[in-house]
Amino acid sequence: MIEWRENRTWRNIRVGLKSLMLHKLRSFLTVLGVVFGVSSVIAMLSVGEGAGAQAMEQIRQLGAQNIIIDSIKPIDEERSGSTAGRLIDYGIRYEDVQRIVETFETVHRLVPVKTLRQDGRLRTREMELRLVGTTHEWFDLVQRPVLAGRVLSAEDNRRAANPVVLTEHGARRLLAGAHTIGEILRIGGHHYEVIGIIQSADEEADGRTPDARVDAYIPIETARHRYGDISVRIQAGSREIERVELHQLIIQLDRIEDVEPTAAGLEAMFAQRPSSQTDYRIRVPLALLRQAEATQRTFNIVLGSIAGISLLVGGIGIMNIMLASVTERTREIGIRRAIGARRRQIIAQFLVETAALSTLGGIIGLAFGFATPLLITFFTGMPTIITVWSLVLALGISMGIGILFGIYPAMRAAQLDPITALRHE
Amino acid sequence: MVSAANVAQDSVPIFRIASDFVHSMKPPSTISGFGSSPTTVVEWSDVHKTYRMGDEKVHALNGVDWTIRQGEYWAVMGPSGSGKSTLLNLLGCLDRPSRGRCRMFGHELRELSDDQLSELRLRRLGFIFQSFNLIPQLTVCENIELPLFYMGETARAAGERARALAVEVGLADRLQHRPTELSGGQQQRVAVARALAADPWLLLADEPTGNLDTATSAQIMELLDGLHAQGRTVVLVTHEDQIASHAKSALHMLDGRIDKLIV
Repeated sequence: MIEWRENRTWRNIRVGLKSLMLHKLRSFLTVLGVVFGVSSVIAMLSVGEGAGAQAMEQIRQLGAQNIIIDSIKPIDEERSGSTAGRLIDYGIRYEDVQRIVETFETVHRLVPVKTLRQDGRLRTREMELRLVGTTHEWFDLVQRPVLAGRVLSAEDNRRAANPVVLTEHGARRLLAGAHTIGEILRIGGHHYEVIGIIQSADEEADGRTPDARVDAYIPIETARHRYGDISVRIQAGSREIERVELHQLIIQLDRIEDVEPTAAGLEAMFAQRPSSQTDYRIRVPLALLRQAEATQRTFNIVLGSIAGISLLVGGIGIMNIMLASVTERTREIGIRRAIGARRRQIIAQFLVETAALSTLGGIIGLAFGFATPLLITFFTGMPTIITVWSLVLALGISMGIGILFGIYPAMRAAQLDPITALRHE
Repeated sequence: MVSAANVAQDSVPIFRIASDFVHSMKPPSTISGFGSSPTTVVEWSDVHKTYRMGDEKVHALNGVDWTIRQGEYWAVMGPSGSGKSTLLNLLGCLDRPSRGRCRMFGHELRELSDDQLSELRLRRLGFIFQSFNLIPQLTVCENIELPLFYMGETARAAGERARALAVEVGLADRLQHRPTELSGGQQQRVAVARALAADPWLLLADEPTGNLDTATSAQIMELLDGLHAQGRTVVLVTHEDQIASHAKSALHMLDGRIDKLIV
């Protein structure tokens, strides 16, 4: 039983392929429609995926498990002209940190950040440095390869010692290298010992990651004791005095599910602070990520449907050809029916042909779909990512369309009256 | 050419295979009563066929009574418009009558579904057409195998049967040729072989020599006569008296009725 069933299917396929081979040019052009449809679906989706992945990678570098709180200078204070000479006191307080630790059990790490600008001097080279005062946990959070020496330790903070870790960026500005380890760097009149150099963030991720444009790290306790919380900026004709305890807090949570509730809790907590102005901003990379993903989806749907339309056009091409083929082969259908072929067998014969056309087109399209993104990346430098699901989708749709658009011509063939079909010239 | 009369003795294996086919036929789930005795192949009484052409009703068949028994050799004659084609369509199980009792191979035509009609054409009828009606894309062998293919035979069994039939009609060396590479007479012999493939109860030849010259016509008629001699039931539709004279009985149609019945 099984033997002849397979045998029949195989013969159906052979008969179908044979009649396709009789019209090589016509079959080739029909297949071409599907080829372009499939390859454009794959190429479009890979471009969309590539663009999205780049944006999402940048957000991911912020850490999906993190919540970042920044100190923001209140807008009103900035506007009023009377700031000159007056002390502006804003931002995250040390007591906020204490309260967060006491309130939220979900917090895994809490990294305080104090940014300073101080004049630095290494040997004879002098320049203003952007410093970050933080704890050793920073380096657990923002994991960068250590290029030389070591990073800050918990001990450094407790002792309020004088070590400094240069970033690759800072090291370059100061013309420091591995040989600099152990040398003295003067920062704002104090002596520090260079203990290590770590890699900076990618230049491309500029501004996105917490460690962008930082020259050096020092223990936060040291920064507090040496430089205090007040900074004075002298600009042309005016003097700005600010008091900021912490410029940034990076909170890492244990689990990603806790991010959104904790962020909401932090919002509520900060809203209740006595400060009259909003002097903080809470950033949730996870929310940004979600947003980017939604954008990405929209992007994919738009690109995908545009490409899908070309696939549809390919399908209509198949239908057109098959209808022509049915008309052309009316007599053959009549002969087959007169001999005793059932309607179902006629349908099968024509469906095999359309399935063969669309499958062939799908497979060739797959090859083109693989090649096109590579060419796009090669010539334009745009990132492209070919995902498995886009391949499956394109091939599936092309075969589905082939069968769908093959059904009508096949039904028409089967519905032909054998008597009329036999008389057809 | 191998004469069909000789073939009757030479080709015993064919009939062994043929009887296997009868046993391997679809069970009565598709058509009931296939086991019944085939002594009466066609049994018609008061068969009417009416077509509607616009507002006008055309009575193509107007009460036809006809019986064909196994082994008979009939000629159907009549001018065009006499209802000959309609009669042929019913005889070929391609159509159903409007009224009357129209039994084919023990089945009432009006009660059969489209699939059952296909089944009857496949297993009970062998068609031979005026214009041969071979499928040009297929080889001679594949054309002969076509009914076997629709019956679900294995490729090997179908191929063996096709080869044996090609020998019987004298085309053993043309199996891999295309129909277009053959002469008219050879093409008609392929058609005969195809008609015989399913070992049918009735051979229906519609103007089988209409497209052939006299010499070739004579060969084809010799082949049909030989098949009748083997005991096959043959109906021959023609307008040539000379061709009709090969048959043992004749039916003349006129205006949708039987004009003359010579038994």
